[in-house]
Amino acid sequence: MGFRDCQVVAPIALVGCDWARRIGRCYHEYRAAYSRTNVLAYVHCSVMPKHPALTRDLSGRGISRRAFLKFCSVAASVLALPPEAVGSLVESLGHSARLPIIWLSFQECTGCTESFTRSHAPAVEDLLFDYFSLDYHHTLQAPSGADAESARLDSMRRFQGRYLLIVDGSIPLARGGVYSTIGGRTNLAMLKECGEGAAAVIAVGSCAVFGGLPAASPNPTGAVGVLALMEQGLIAKRPLVNLPGCPPLPIAISSVLAHYIAFGRFPAVDDMQRPLSLYGNTVHERCSRFRFFEERKFVKQFDDEGARKGWCLYLLGCRGPLTHNACAVHKWNQGTSFPIESGHPCLGCAEPGFWDRGGFYRCIDETECTVDESHESREDAASEGQNLYEDNCVYCHSIDPGALRTDPNQIPHLLRSGEIRSHRRLQFSDEQLDQLGEYLKSRK
Amino acid sequence: MSILDNIPVHIPSSVSTADRAYNTLPLLHEIRHALERLSREGESTILDLRAIPFPPGDEQRLLDYLGTGEVEAQLHALGNSLIRETRYSGVWVVEHKNGDDERVALQIEITSVPAILRAQPEDIEEGLNRLTASLSADVKEDLV
Repeated sequence: MGFRDCQVVAPIALVGCDWARRIGRCYHEYRAAYSRTNVLAYVHCSVMPKHPALTRDLSGRGISRRAFLKFCSVAASVLALPPEAVGSLVESLGHSARLPIIWLSFQECTGCTESFTRSHAPAVEDLLFDYFSLDYHHTLQAPSGADAESARLDSMRRFQGRYLLIVDGSIPLARGGVYSTIGGRTNLAMLKECGEGAAAVIAVGSCAVFGGLPAASPNPTGAVGVLALMEQGLIAKRPLVNLPGCPPLPIAISSVLAHYIAFGRFPAVDDMQRPLSLYGNTVHERCSRFRFFEERKFVKQFDDEGARKGWCLYLLGCRGPLTHNACAVHKWNQGTSFPIESGHPCLGCAEPGFWDRGGFYRCIDETECTVDESHESREDAASEGQNLYEDNCVYCHSIDPGALRTDPNQIPHLLRSGEIRSHRRLQFSDEQLDQLGEYLKSRK
Repeated sequence: MSILDNIPVHIPSSVSTADRAYNTLPLLHEIRHALERLSREGESTILDLRAIPFPPGDEQRLLDYLGTGEVEAQLHALGNSLIRETRYSGVWVVEHKNGDDERVALQIEITSVPAILRAQPEDIEEGLNRLTASLSADVKEDLV
């Protein structure tokens, strides 16, 4: 097939050679076009409507069925499908046609696209790019203005009722939606237009799902998410899946796409339209520090002894117990870690209104934040503290030279700060400082 | 190897060996039940270790416990994959890596032979066709 047999749908800028490879079999054709025009063009080849068997297509490009099986195993693992589903996935994906996708970006920061294009499991994502045709995407497309909009309209017309609509960013409703427009049209108008002919919609990121940061109080633009618009009847109701997160896990986007392409429907969702395979558990339930929560071993401040030992960050405001997401399972940055594992509390970015829930470092349950200690353990601590007090001649040090009498509760803090004057350096562990505090309190 | 691995950071584990066995023991019991099902009913099981939270050291402890058996195979497709039988026959560790040698899946398969090791019927058919085509008269002459 030559270049003339291919119909240009939407020129797409290629982000690195990896993207070029992902785009698929027509790469050679538009490389030829690039050499002539210096514009990389994404060509939508004419074989697409003929629904080719993708396994045959992959085989032609040197990808074995064993490799395809590996890809399906990884995809099934991500989707939390039972092992028996791998066979179905192989069968379904092997006979799928390329799915046209229109990706709309509204009030957003492009973080969701950044997340998606930095997927760390190319065994899944690379192949997925062979399964869909990204016909419109602000960040990745080369053209702008009327050409870009024309390509979108052309794709919508040719694949009426069959294309998948992906939305990231919130939609402003205040003052007629003038806070965000594309080509002179409001986001709402564009979403309404694209939603009419869409087979299904994926809302990517907390902004598209819940309104996100643009909806933070006082929400000056009247930002809302896609589901709210469907519920209000402002756009057509279509099958919808929500992938919240700021941004969502790369694997969340790609695995839901894999499921849709393979089975023609979305995976099972909860009452917020979130896939149960990814959002069915809280971060807390799968957290690598969960055992320390059960053992009531908490970090009390950053870089204390508990922090160095990897204890639970609950007292530092961790939202893991309230946040439904799979960060603890799939992790970030090539599977290296996730915020809690790296020593920072979960901010709860996948939950509605996470930005308006008070300070990020305030414990989510103030009553729980007082670590329950028995009378006996306090007595033991005070006894240990007395030994420390006497053995280290704390009594002859001026804990706070600026005050006649220091509040005993403040002494461990002052000692931790390292700002006190002392003729002898006192080096206590955090646990010892707590014991010292208990002893000083008991002397009141 | 990831560049991150080159950063000389070591997080010492301050917990005792007994404390580290957080998920190892329940998983070993699950593997035992699966092996029993395989033995009596021929039913295979796959356990996805990525979906299980492991405190530092717990995953290695599990793999160490399972040990290494007689079979080890490497698959070179979309990155490397290592498939090895553990010291318990029928219990396999399957580790899939991508092209950048980053792990994308870690599974325990309780089965006679992991499916990914078997030659696929379509590949066998293709292999037959290619071999038939290559055994042309010219090639035969070369061999003779």
